[in-house]
Amino acid sequence: MKYMLIMRSTEEAQEAFKDVDFNEVIEAMGRYNESLIKAGVLLAGEGLAGVEEGFVVDFDATPPVVTDGPYAEAKELFNGFWIIEVSSKEEAAEWAKRCPLGPGSKLEVRRINELEDFPQDNEWIQKEAQWREELEGKAR
Amino acid sequence: MSHETDASGAVAPADDADADRTRRALAAVWRIESARIVATLTRFVGDVGQAEDLAQEAMLEAMRQWPTEGVPNNPGAWLTAVAKRRAIDGWRRRERLDERYAAMARDLEQQDGEASGQFWDPDTIDDDVLRLVFVACHPVLSREAQIALTLRIVGGLSSEEIARAFLVPVATIQQRIVRAKKTLAAANVPFEVPEPQEYPARLGSVLSVLYLIFNEGYLPASGEQWVRPDVSAEALRLARMVAGLMPREPEAQSLVALMEFHASRFATRVARDGSPIPLDEQERSRWDRAQIERGRAALARADRIGRGRASYGLQAAIAECHAIAPSAEDTDWARIVLLYEALGRIAPSPVVELNRAVAVAMATGPASALRLVDDLERDGKLAGYPALPAVRGELLVRLGRTQEARGELETAARLTGNERERAALLAKAAALPR
Repeated sequence: MKYMLIMRSTEEAQEAFKDVDFNEVIEAMGRYNESLIKAGVLLAGEGLAGVEEGFVVDFDATPPVVTDGPYAEAKELFNGFWIIEVSSKEEAAEWAKRCPLGPGSKLEVRRINELEDFPQDNEWIQKEAQWREELEGKAR
Repeated sequence: MSHETDASGAVAPADDADADRTRRALAAVWRIESARIVATLTRFVGDVGQAEDLAQEAMLEAMRQWPTEGVPNNPGAWLTAVAKRRAIDGWRRRERLDERYAAMARDLEQQDGEASGQFWDPDTIDDDVLRLVFVACHPVLSREAQIALTLRIVGGLSSEEIARAFLVPVATIQQRIVRAKKTLAAANVPFEVPEPQEYPARLGSVLSVLYLIFNEGYLPASGEQWVRPDVSAEALRLARMVAGLMPREPEAQSLVALMEFHASRFATRVARDGSPIPLDEQERSRWDRAQIERGRAALARADRIGRGRASYGLQAAIAECHAIAPSAEDTDWARIVLLYEALGRIAPSPVVELNRAVAVAMATGPASALRLVDDLERDGKLAGYPALPAVRGELLVRLGRTQEARGELETAARLTGNERERAALLAKAAALPR
């Protein structure tokens, strides 16, 4: 099964992070990533650029409203993720606990839906398959 | 975890839920750390069989202690330390405590139990894990023994799990593992990465063990299921692990790529009634795109090493052609023909030749492909192999020689051991115009 480890930090934690030796942080994360790779469980992982380069599309209104970052209302910021393939929830937890993060940071761990999680007979699933085929046909 | 202590100071017994939580946490730790623990212990005691037994004893100790004392901060180091103490106790009991063991015992006692880090250095451990992989796939062992031992000591699977994967009785697996350990001890197999002159052959053995495990899930030799993704997922994990430990070996990276490409098609290889779906009829929109991209990244890593492509590299490149093609017709068949030619030169095999003929049929038409298949038939090496008449029949259909085609398809149906395949071949033969 696949899990996504979603990294969230408070703004204070991110501020505090700036006082820490950047090389140390990079090195600790590098070691963590390497341990995931050498265990054969890492499928993907990315760090996100600062919120000032992002924006939010809010669907409360029609048409949706686009707001530039930073966002005053957000207490914790989503700033990176890993996708790992493991045999149990506990194994995902064990890997998450090993992540070199400090106070003010959290990892939210979520299982990724597999194909069998969806009803295959559902009309919309079938339709999506059709759309994808058509799109691929056009891309040729 | 906090626990009340009673008046006598004894810790109250943990409840069932605690025990269950511990069991699960321990299983997770074991899966992550077992190869490292067994590798470290093998270096310590010099024998992989004894190392594994000691690790199992440490697991039992953890089951006793962790429910009340909590899971230690560095559970892998904890288990290793407990196992090492067991080893030393054993030596003491046998009154063989010479100066070497006395020194080891002192060292160990000075470390305060867990996580001192001194015997948990990642670089040393990686090297030891690699040695463990080579020992598990050592040529003194039979293929079956190599597979069972690799899953056990490198993958950390129990005998029950291995038995389930290979659809054999648990006792058979237990026996294989016990025998394998004895054989390694009897042959005095050193805990070392092979010498340069043996290295290519030994690496080949490791990779083929992993590929055989993968294929057990992808093309099960027995059983009712056409695919068993869990078995293949385990092989893929081990292949990624080995590739991570040998970043400079193009064939290790290529094997990962090949497995990723194959595994990306898992969901589309079986119809709802359980019958296999051939590549050209699979629903390509349901192939796992992320997995295909991982395969391409692995193949690109292999290529960047700059030593060219060998057998797995070429097979992965062929699988890549299929994985990125929008349809069977729009596949780069000319390139696949070239890749099969190269593969045939590196690893000559009539099966590769037959696959090349199929690609030739798609690239340049059935007539030239039929000449290749006729050569193969004359050669006789594929006698009794159902795919030969099946391919020949298919080519004859396309050439309009239906009478001969029917005979070939019926021969193929007689030869195949797979019921589903037999039915499909007979249906095809019956549908031909008289």
